[in-house]
Amino acid sequence: MSLRLTGITLTYPDGDTRLTALDQVSLEVPKGSLTAVVGPSGSGKSSLLAVAATLIAPDTGTVTVDGQTTTALTRGELTELRGHKIGIVFQQPNLLPSLTAAEQLQVMAQIDGRKPRTAHTRAMELLDAVGLVDQAGRRPHQLSGGQRQRVNIARALMNDPAVLLVDEPTSALDHERGAAVLGLITRLTHQRATATVLVTHDRSHLTAVDQIAEVHDGRLRLPTANGRPARSARTGSTSPE
Amino acid sequence: MFVAWRELKFAKGRFALMGTVIVLITLLVGLLSGLTAGLARQNISAITGLPAGKIAFQAPHGGQDLSYANSTVTEAQWRQWSEAPGVESAEPLGITTTSATAGDRSTGVSVFGVEPGSRLAPDSNRIFGSAVVLSTAAADGLGVQAGDSLTLAGRQLKVAAVEGDAHFSHTPVIWTSLDTWRKSAPPTGDGRGPRATVIALNTTVRADVAATDHRAGTKTVSTGDSLSAIGSYTSENRSLQLMRGFLFAISALVIGAFFTVWTIQRSSDVAVLKALGASTAGLLTDALGQALVLLVGGTLTGTGVAVALGALVSGSAVPFLLTPAIVLMPAVVIVLLGALGAALSIRRIVSVDPLTALGSAR
Repeated sequence: MSLRLTGITLTYPDGDTRLTALDQVSLEVPKGSLTAVVGPSGSGKSSLLAVAATLIAPDTGTVTVDGQTTTALTRGELTELRGHKIGIVFQQPNLLPSLTAAEQLQVMAQIDGRKPRTAHTRAMELLDAVGLVDQAGRRPHQLSGGQRQRVNIARALMNDPAVLLVDEPTSALDHERGAAVLGLITRLTHQRATATVLVTHDRSHLTAVDQIAEVHDGRLRLPTANGRPARSARTGSTSPE
Repeated sequence: MFVAWRELKFAKGRFALMGTVIVLITLLVGLLSGLTAGLARQNISAITGLPAGKIAFQAPHGGQDLSYANSTVTEAQWRQWSEAPGVESAEPLGITTTSATAGDRSTGVSVFGVEPGSRLAPDSNRIFGSAVVLSTAAADGLGVQAGDSLTLAGRQLKVAAVEGDAHFSHTPVIWTSLDTWRKSAPPTGDGRGPRATVIALNTTVRADVAATDHRAGTKTVSTGDSLSAIGSYTSENRSLQLMRGFLFAISALVIGAFFTVWTIQRSSDVAVLKALGASTAGLLTDALGQALVLLVGGTLTGTGVAVALGALVSGSAVPFLLTPAIVLMPAVVIVLLGALGAALSIRRIVSVDPLTALGSAR
């Protein structure tokens, strides 16, 4: 299992009380599968993603990434884990304005300690995979919204992550471009065998996902079938709805 | 430095503006340093050029500071020093500031009276009777050369040689015999007249300086420490050093302010890099490296311009002195203080939360 969340509870301070963002959430995402986490705004989807990305420590529960439990890791070790094993596709592309499309990817190789020449080859290969090899020398302001999002996806895959976390990738795109980006994420998940978690509030593009988990008020509902036998988000085993 | 180099190239305007500020501050500090050194040389070169390790002054009364202007040593004091054990040489040196005239030209000079053959003066074997040795600036000021005559304190003197570039208290030096000097020196109250202003000493470790000072009624300090007894040097040097200090502080503040704003501007980029797995140590090194590139580039350019301008004015009447130490020291200080200012401002990188890169979290 590439990503396993077990009994995750996360609370935030809210005045004199604490607000429960996640309540005993468990989720398992196997290698090479795409899990969509859906739910209304404020339901806890992004909190779930932040916990899975090791950007925030839960009050209780454990996160296991590619067999490594993160509970006891230091902040530095978590950062290193993110660099090597977790790819994050941000809601806004969050590309660095001073870097070209190829350099956005190469900076990941710097983080990974890879040689520049290898990094360039790998970056061009990934840009080719997302259909942007001819835009490699362009900076973010010279790219369209869809192109920026594709660079964002390619960047997340640069270090061959075991886990790919995708945060609302279509929120700034029109329907056609959104569908294209989700198609790309699905294809790359299967091609590169990543355990992909896709957070979205838009159910219209979820035809190709392997399982759908629904979050409401911090609780994860049992996964729903998606036109095929669904695997349990809790157990990863095949189960009827 | 992967991101840092690219930011330097991408945000050319901002970094060029800051680089220009560093160049101008370095130029200002460099020129001020050259001027400070040049003015200091005009104040003290005659003393620092003396082949003496210590200077004995008349012991000041009533808590007064040592002063070349107020000191007069007597024959008896000189004898006590010359006969003291461990004293290799004790040579009387008279110093008076007055004016000299040659033809229709007149200039302020410092008269340094020495014994004929003394090691204290250049060409001292030619100093006897009315024969004097002029420093180059004194000869230029009076428009005379070897063999010409000049008038000093109403006495006609003959220029035996023109040698060296000694200055004292912003006036060029004329080396005379002690007899000639005494005639231009102010009288003292002990009835025996001044032997000299101070005694230039070379001592060995056997010399008991404190005991001899006590017996002779003198106060002895090293030649370097005696510079504070030149009133004009102390006040002038303090003011200029204070200005330099303020410029150093301003440069650190300006550089710190720039990098504070710059770091705040790129906080979101830092959050993204942290979220993607970049270590805080790596990001700090990157940011500090960026600051150092800017600082070193700016200070080298500023120093280069200061050297060029200094070379242009060093032959003129402007007292400007260029040496590697004078040129490089301010540059090194600006780089160090600027790096400190930058380090204090970029430390906020530590507190950037990578969670903010996930815009919709919380």
